[in-house]
Order: sequence, then structure tokens, then C-alpha cells
Amino acid sequence: MNIFAETWAYLTDPANWQGAGGLWARMLEQLLLTGTALVLAVVIGLPIALWLGHLGRGGFLAINISNVGRAIPTFALLALLVTADWPGTASFGPYGRAGLATLIALTLFALPPIITQSYTAIREVADDVKESARGMGMTSSQQFFRVELPLGLPLVMSGIRLALVQVWATATIAALVAGPGLGRIITDGFYRSNYPQGIAGAIVVALVALVLELAAAGVQRALDPTPSASAAADPVRESTTTGG
Amino acid sequence: MTLLVPAATEPSCYSRLTNEWICGQYLVDRQDEIVDATVEHIWITVAAVVFGVLIAFPLALVARRYPRLESTILGVSTGLYTIPSLALFPLLVPFTGLTPTTVIIGLGLYALTVLVRSMLEGFRSVPAEVRESATGLGYGAGRLLLRIELPLALPVIMAGLRVATVSTVALTTIGTLVSYGGLGNLIKDGVDTNFRAELLTAAVLCVVLAVLFDALIVLAQRLLTPWTRGVGA
Repeated sequence: MNIFAETWAYLTDPANWQGAGGLWARMLEQLLLTGTALVLAVVIGLPIALWLGHLGRGGFLAINISNVGRAIPTFALLALLVTADWPGTASFGPYGRAGLATLIALTLFALPPIITQSYTAIREVADDVKESARGMGMTSSQQFFRVELPLGLPLVMSGIRLALVQVWATATIAALVAGPGLGRIITDGFYRSNYPQGIAGAIVVALVALVLELAAAGVQRALDPTPSASAAADPVRESTTTGG
Repeated sequence: MTLLVPAATEPSCYSRLTNEWICGQYLVDRQDEIVDATVEHIWITVAAVVFGVLIAFPLALVARRYPRLESTILGVSTGLYTIPSLALFPLLVPFTGLTPTTVIIGLGLYALTVLVRSMLEGFRSVPAEVRESATGLGYGAGRLLLRIELPLALPVIMAGLRVATVSTVALTTIGTLVSYGGLGNLIKDGVDTNFRAELLTAAVLCVVLAVLFDALIVLAQRLLTPWTRGVGA
């Protein structure tokens, strides 16, 4: 029981939350990383996936991207990026040392769930609905913006939500290459045999993950134009790439 | 892990200045270490997936038997998934210490999410009339499960198993936090000592392992469910 008491003591000591390497600062770093990587992945992946879904082409590519992504350990990718000449371990603005490498690794990691889910979302809008839209004389872009996108939105959202939680969870591994984020609290604790610190860091990371998950679920529900259809959007179907 | 190279005549890629990505001499010199890490990676992955299956199967059966418990079981197994792997291992350490058990339990718990879902979906994919005819033929609950439902659910379950296994291969690398990460240990060492050949070798081996595991499961599925051949599961 001793270790739990020590963990509690670590968590309740304000000194551990303040300062450059404190819990708040590390949490902020990781939130910034997560947010930026997610935005980048959405900006890059979403248009491509939606476009392919609208055309009904490239399904093989969209599905297999996520299968390949699953097989590549993000830690290995991150390690390769950090050791390479570019982007390397150089510090990158507010993202800290190895920040750019971490950002690239996380963005690549976030792409598969977003691409696969968004592609599927648009692709799986019922054919008769698409046909009636065409029958009403809608142009291709009208079909996309007025029919396919609204109907596919819940699934698109669930892909982004999934990516958010996965990126947050995976961002901790930046610490294995001495990068930014809450993972540092964990690895520092471990490498110095200060296990209460490691466990305290883990608890904070897990709690924020749960908060993010709940918040994302809330946002998804609020933005869902067809609440009844959201039951079909299964966020965990694709949730298979965390961490690695 | 210590970096002790039997340094008699060092080839150029050991030099800090060149630090080449591909180094044949490294593969020869550190062969034992690479093989050890790969073997560790394999058995930790297999143990974790087996552990996941052993827990997921009864959970799936319970969830199916008592629909009221289904959302709880799915919720808990999904909740586990939101805990980052780097955080899950420390949380297990007070109970299991810095041992492979920590990694195996942690990864098994992750595999749970995918496995329970695919098992439930698999059972759901068995047509009700098939179940009824089997019952009509006098199959009891146990025999119905083993002889009829399980084989028919197998393609969906195996699809889940593939996903779980491939991501477990990738996640095993994080076990390096507690020193049992298989190839992850080499990756970590490669980063710490800035040794590109070691890093790239381990990374490539990880991907190769994932592909091999995936192919093995597909093969096993073909053998176990010959009737689905050509139907793309």
C-alpha cells in the first residue's frame, strides 16, 4: 500500500505541478501536440478521404492504409524520425525538443483512422438515397454537400474522435525519445526508480484521456444532425492502433 | 541494456561520424542480441494475445447470455483502451513489478477491446435459423456453442484476432519502459546511443513480425474454415 500513499503524496504536492517540468507544463505540451497533430491529420486526410468516398474509388487504398498503419509501431517511427538528420531532435518552438519529429509521427498515426472512417462514412450512404438525389437533379457537388456529407457526418466525427483519443494516448511515447509531454513524468520516474512519480504521471495521463473521450463524445452528440443514426457509428470498430 | 560491442576491428558503420542506417556487420556481430530480442518480442506478443483471448471469450459469452451486462462489459473494455500504453504499464507495476507479466497483462487488456467486440459480432452473425435447427436436432447449449456457433462465428472472430495481434506486435515495443519490450529494447537502445543500424533493424523486424503473424492467422483461418474459401471474410 505504501506506493499508493507515496503516489498520492506526489499528486497532492503542489510543487510537482508547477515549474517547467511540472505536471501542468507537461500536460499543456501534450495537449498542444495532440491538438496540432489532430488538426494536421484532419486537414490532410479528411479532404482526400471524403473526395475518394464521393467518387467511390480508392477503397482498397483507404482500407489498407489503416491496416498498414497498424503494423508500424509508432515508437519505431518516432525513433527513426528522431535519429534521422531531419527532423531530428532539434527543439521546435513551443513543442520542445524532438517536438517536430513527435508531431510528424503523431500526424501520420492519426491519419489512418480518419481516412478509413471518413471514406467509409461517405461510401456507405445508402445507394437509393444517392440515386434520389441525382433524380432530383442535384449536381455532383450538391449531392456531396447536401446529401452525402450530412448523412456521413456522424461516422466522420467518430473517426476524428477516435483519432483524438488515440493521439493523446500515443503522444506519451514521445518521452521514450526524451520528447515533450506527460510521458516524461512517467519515464523520468521509471528511469530514476521513483515509481510513485511514474504512477502519478500515468494516473494523470489516463484521467485526461477519459476526460477527452467524454468531451469528444459530447461534442459528437451535440453536432450530430441525425441523432438516431449515431448508434450505427461504432467508434471502436477501428480503434486498434493506440500506442505502438 | 549495455552496449558492449566486441570491438576488434570496427567497420565504418559503427563510427559515430558515418552512422549508416544499414550495416551488415551489425547483423553479424550482434546476432545473438537481435535473435534474443525477436524471440522475446514473439513470446510476449503471443502470451498477451492468448491472455486476451482467454479473458475475452468468457466475457463475450457472459455478455451474450446477459444482454444487460453487455454495455457494461463493452464499456469497461473500451475504457481500458483509452488508458495510454505508456501509462498502463506503470499502473500495473505495483502489482506485477518490472517483469514480463506487466507487459503481457497490459497488452492482453488492450487486445480485449477488439476481441470481445469481434466475438460478440461473430456470434451475432450466426443466423437464428441455424441455431434453431441445431437445437431441433437435439444439440445442447455446450455442443451448440462448440460445434455450430463457434465455427460459424470464426471468420469474424479471426478478423478481430488479426487486428488485435498486429497491434499487439506494434505495442510490445512500449514494454521497453519496464525493460521487456522485445525489439522495443533495441529501438530504445538505438535512440539512446544514436546507433542507426540497430534502430532500423529493430523497426524493420517489428513490421516483418506483424506481417508474418497476420499471414499465419489468415492461413489458420483458411484451414479452420474451409467453407468460407473464396468468400473473403
